[in-house]
Amino acid sequence: MPECPVCGAEPTISDDPVEGELLECEECGVELEILALDPITLGEAPDAEEDWGE
Amino acid sequence: MRVGFLHSLIRKDEKLLIAELRGRGDVELVFLDDRKLAFDFRNVPDVDVVLERCINHSRAMHALRLFEGAGLDCVNRYEVSRRCGDKILTAASLQECGVPQPEARVAFTEESALEAIEELGYPVVLKPAVGSWGRLLSRINDRHAAETVLEHKAILGSYHHSIFFVQKYVEKGGRDIRAFVVGDDCVAAIFRSSEHWITNTARGGTASNCPVTSEIAELSLRAAAAMGGGVVAVDLLESGGELLVNEVNYTMEFRNSIEATGVNIPERIVSYVVSPDRAADR
Repeated sequence: MPECPVCGAEPTISDDPVEGELLECEECGVELEILALDPITLGEAPDAEEDWGE
Repeated sequence: MRVGFLHSLIRKDEKLLIAELRGRGDVELVFLDDRKLAFDFRNVPDVDVVLERCINHSRAMHALRLFEGAGLDCVNRYEVSRRCGDKILTAASLQECGVPQPEARVAFTEESALEAIEELGYPVVLKPAVGSWGRLLSRINDRHAAETVLEHKAILGSYHHSIFFVQKYVEKGGRDIRAFVVGDDCVAAIFRSSEHWITNTARGGTASNCPVTSEIAELSLRAAAAMGGGVVAVDLLESGGELLVNEVNYTMEFRNSIEATGVNIPERIVSYVVSPDRAADR
């Protein structure tokens, strides 16, 4: 199981993970990004940038 | 059909669109991560259409320009991203098409901005031209606050924060309306309610169903047309018995609106993207 790079917990991964997918570590609350699928690798999600939005 | 999915981070909205695309038997999904792309102005991905879902406005707009320049069909179009992504260009386009909006001013110096604010009358809302999710909005209630905010923006902000976009504050009764436009249809709408004057759901506003009246549909479609059409979310303010168009969003977020409205918004978006009729109208 992939580990949260911040707290070492094992966050829940969706059944259909996608590279770039955001998720939250249930243990420490940090926002994570799926960096790779095989094997699933997690990294901290980048901070919001000025032109982020919809 | 090969659908290019232009993205960076994958939010729940993108996951819903991906699931919808993968559920179509005749669609081959091609991921285009904007963090991995490099353009040479000639070659483009081998796809039939690009669905833009970038989280960065600047990347989305430039990628769409380059893709379209090389002949790719894109949803939304570059021009839509350009107009929607800059609130000043949005206001100018709405004005040119006769679409009602809050009274606004644009000024380039602290002094002229202060004059414009005083002329509009307090309170006003000072907005960055580029930005989303209700970030860096300033409701200014008096001259002292105006002088302070203008000075801070001029000194601490990057250059585009010294292009001052000021709107007359509209008392909206604790809510606004977000209407979802897909092509020629206003498919759904929500009320966004909050005790805070900023009602964005990203800032804690709650979503509830808003019946799509003929007035909401007609005005939303006019606003969408002013931007160039496509898939957009139109933010409406109720003011004195009339509706005003506040903003138009071109990479619209809808995850909080599906349950509230009962409308499968990602299904409607994907059906529009892969529609032969839409492609024929390019």
